Amino acid sequence: MYDFDWSSIPGALPFLLDGMKVSLTITAQAIAIGIVWGTLLAMMRLSSAKPLSWFAAGYVNLFRSVPLVMVLLWFFLIVPKVIENVFNVPPGTDMRLNSAMAGFALFESAYYSEIIRAGIQSVARGQFSAAYALGMSYGQAMRLVILPQAFRNMVPLLLTQAIILFQDTSLVYVSALADFFGAAYKVGDRDGRLVEMLLFAGLIYFIICFAASCLVKQLQKKYHAA
Amino acid sequence: MNYHWNWGVFLQQTAAGDDIYLGWMLSGFKMTIGLSLAAWAMALTFGALIGVLRTVPHRGLAAFATGWVELFRNVPLLVQLFIWYFVLPELLPASIGDAYKQMNPVLQQFLAAMVCLGLFTSARVAEQVRAGINSLPRGQKNAGLALGLSLPQTYRHIILPMAFRVVVPPLTSEFLNIFKNSAVCSTIGLLELAAQGRQLVDYTAQPYESFIAVTLAYVLINVTVMALMRKLEIMVAVPGHLGGK
Repeated sequence: MYDFDWSSIPGALPFLLDGMKVSLTITAQAIAIGIVWGTLLAMMRLSSAKPLSWFAAGYVNLFRSVPLVMVLLWFFLIVPKVIENVFNVPPGTDMRLNSAMAGFALFESAYYSEIIRAGIQSVARGQFSAAYALGMSYGQAMRLVILPQAFRNMVPLLLTQAIILFQDTSLVYVSALADFFGAAYKVGDRDGRLVEMLLFAGLIYFIICFAASCLVKQLQKKYHAA
Repeated sequence: MNYHWNWGVFLQQTAAGDDIYLGWMLSGFKMTIGLSLAAWAMALTFGALIGVLRTVPHRGLAAFATGWVELFRNVPLLVQLFIWYFVLPELLPASIGDAYKQMNPVLQQFLAAMVCLGLFTSARVAEQVRAGINSLPRGQKNAGLALGLSLPQTYRHIILPMAFRVVVPPLTSEFLNIFKNSAVCSTIGLLELAAQGRQLVDYTAQPYESFIAVTLAYVLINVTVMALMRKLEIMVAVPGHLGGK
């Protein structure tokens, strides 16, 4: 039977905590960018200007048909080189990590945009007509009437997506960013305690995601009651 | 930009001399398809079973099924994969663990990847199956029981034939996801599409051609699966049930 030895965990806690901070930072950034850029994409997709709606549809479909690992590799290996070449950045500037993070956010935006689009479409069409009848412009109608209601309907879905996104951050492993999982793997590899560290990482992810999904469920119940 | 485009790279002999680079890509493509289909078969089997168990009026079974779903849904795929691949062989009884470790390395990677993807996806399939069963009018189950059918008979003859048809459209996106998620398996060294793409970059220093080819291959898989599932959806749509919605 395997002899468990958990002794490398206590000493590694500060390092793991730093990793968790990286994971949470990436998550927060991607959520923020995802919601803003996702909203814009959703509005473009629903707009009557054909080129805008084609662009948004193309963007969303492309990102949704490519694996996240592939997107991260693009943004880790290829995009920095392109930027260096195009903008004549002095070689040696390392932007690979920032690029990987940007890629992650752009990828998640595609998924957010689909949720937001459904949210906007769930608001009754009469609301738009009413806003126009009151003399509002398209921007005002969106900002003051449609989006606030749409977002209220979407909260549970957006949060569920945030949990998925948090789990997805572990994939930045392919870009050598030291997130929580990367940190756990490094410690396990260093101490020859990969078994314990991987189980520990799995447990921590489980606790966080399970707790968060329970909260979302509570919230959903409240919504239905209201 | 002073990049030398060279699409001919795919027709060059590989450094190992065993094939042309296009051959590597094709073998990666086949691996992605094979792995995803094998994992999908597992996901459907376990997902259907667990999804049904979640709806049965038996506390123990329902709790087991709920635990299954929560476990596989709340741990990132990459972590699950590493646990299957690195951790489990250590925890199994020595004889089984050693037998696993003595297998062909590719087979080891494939088995770990298949089980991981299959069970990971089974939790999501189970949720769709449960939703499908719950979407049926309650009266159907009651009518079955009132006719004197036992609960298993009611499931077999009344609930499941409907539920499995209703659940097809929502399963399309899970089926698409399994192909995309299979790219994660490149991290344990399985030479599927994404891994072959990276390998090509290392050997040929033609990153653009390689990455564009891999990306297009994924888009191609996506489009094909969507078209096939669209056909299947039309075939199985329940008349009068608004095509599942």
